[in-house]
Amino acid sequence: MFRRLVSSPLTVFGFLVVFILVITALFAPLIATHSPTEVNIVNKLQPPSQEHIFGTDEVGRDIFSRIVHGTRISLKIGFLVVILSFPVGTILGAIAGYFGGIVDQFIMRTTDIFLSFPGIILAMSIAAALGPSIENVLLALVIVWWPWYTRIVRSSVLAIKNAEFIESARALGANPFRILFKEILPNSIAPASIQASLDFGFVILAAAGLSFIGLGAQPPSPEWGAMLSSSREILREAWWAATFPGLAILFTVLGFNLLGDGLRDILDPKQR
Amino acid sequence: MTLLEIKNLKQHFPISKGFLSEKKYVKAVDGVSFTLNKGETLGIVGESGCGKSSLGRSILRLAEPTSGEIKFKGQDILKFNRKQMKNIRKDMQIVFQDPYASLNPRSTIRSILEAPLKIHGIGNREERMKLIESLVEKIGIRKDQLDNYPHEFSGGQRQRIGIARALTLNPDLIIADEPVSALDVSVQSQVLNLFVELQKEFNLSYIFISHDLSVVQHISDRVAVMYLGKIVELAHVDQLYQNPLHPYTKSLLSALPIPDPSQKRERIILEGDLPSPINPPTGCAFHTRCPVATSDCRTETPALREKQFGHWAACIYV
Repeated sequence: MFRRLVSSPLTVFGFLVVFILVITALFAPLIATHSPTEVNIVNKLQPPSQEHIFGTDEVGRDIFSRIVHGTRISLKIGFLVVILSFPVGTILGAIAGYFGGIVDQFIMRTTDIFLSFPGIILAMSIAAALGPSIENVLLALVIVWWPWYTRIVRSSVLAIKNAEFIESARALGANPFRILFKEILPNSIAPASIQASLDFGFVILAAAGLSFIGLGAQPPSPEWGAMLSSSREILREAWWAATFPGLAILFTVLGFNLLGDGLRDILDPKQR
Repeated sequence: MTLLEIKNLKQHFPISKGFLSEKKYVKAVDGVSFTLNKGETLGIVGESGCGKSSLGRSILRLAEPTSGEIKFKGQDILKFNRKQMKNIRKDMQIVFQDPYASLNPRSTIRSILEAPLKIHGIGNREERMKLIESLVEKIGIRKDQLDNYPHEFSGGQRQRIGIARALTLNPDLIIADEPVSALDVSVQSQVLNLFVELQKEFNLSYIFISHDLSVVQHISDRVAVMYLGKIVELAHVDQLYQNPLHPYTKSLLSALPIPDPSQKRERIILEGDLPSPINPPTGCAFHTRCPVATSDCRTETPALREKQFGHWAACIYV
């Protein structure tokens, strides 16, 4: 597996980016050179220098330190949204695919309701209804995200549910619960788990977007989207205030995407 | 001693075409009756789509039969509830055709073989392992291969593992659904011999489904020939192969190669394809392709009757 990982430079790049992000998030206080929230009006809007390598913002906070601490927020959101919506979506998809009939109809029509809205709009309205905060963004994104896993898992369950080894389990007298969790899920979860690894990036992007329009993390918080938002007014005098949080988002999404793509190739048993 | 008695078993699969149109059925199994004795092997032959696999599946209630009676050890299992059914499944098992699809690719052989015992709560882990190890020895798989995954075995080995899985619960009846047709000829004989050995050792009864006439002849005590969901002839294997009564059986057997170039045999070539089981022909289902059919065959449905001692056929002209 390792050899196949290094044989694709893009995957290695994605892996490295994600690795750096995780390290940054874990050791944020050690890596940051300044406090992410300490206001220092005297030093406001300093261009990148040795003291402030990414410069300072409109109230003199060190942008590098804010981005480092922002990594924690973004990764936490990405992780929690995926980890909460993945099992819900997976189990519902497996139930819909395996049992079929009215259960299938009910679950799939429910996902249709969620999928008929553009995800970010639906998340916006949920977050707006619940009130702007990072927790509500998390909840909104979970609500928007699970139907995708349901669809993916359902289709792979449909593809294998009549396989002979499933029938053999039934002939042995296995109950549906056992068949679902021991026979079907292990064989149909791979596509959804690859989707989940890709989704880390998209969730982080969506959370940053919601924070950008003011529905997510609130001002003193060093969230990347919120930083971008507050840098809009000073974009002309201080290019660095918008550029570095933007690049952070870009590399994060790119890194998770490349890693997800690489994982798809590695996990595909046909290439083994 | 009768182990299994099937009476007028029907398996009709609904196919709905649109909302208002008439509901149609594929009559996969259409009124099959036979008995199977303890320790006996009944071969079931027929061409693709004649319902032989559906028959096997409905006997095990893997697909719920439409009507009929399945008496297993004297009890009608179609009346069984879920719990009784689970219990009786220990005594009736199935071996599938495709050894590449019948083993869960993400389970080790050990857990594949342990699963039946776990499902029925048999023994503790140690006892289960002992049983599995003695079982794999019988089928010619080494103990140290137990933790390998299915893809690490050959087709023949996988099929033997499938047989071992069916044997873990010590059943009385095994339905073998084309168990050797996916294997190389050289491996076929190994697996067939294994079936025969295990039958002697455990006093098993087999329903052996196949489209391969030579294989069926080799392993069966009695043979049933199926055509379009019905049994058209049922007899002791020697009787059936030496003296076929039904014109369909005759044409099937005429296709069997004889390993003797000096001997010529008259080939009966059937014309046309197997008619659709959705709209089977009236009267005798075989009349559309039968070389000796008359207009009576179009109207009269022949019943399976005992024409000679122990030799049943469904044709009005024999």
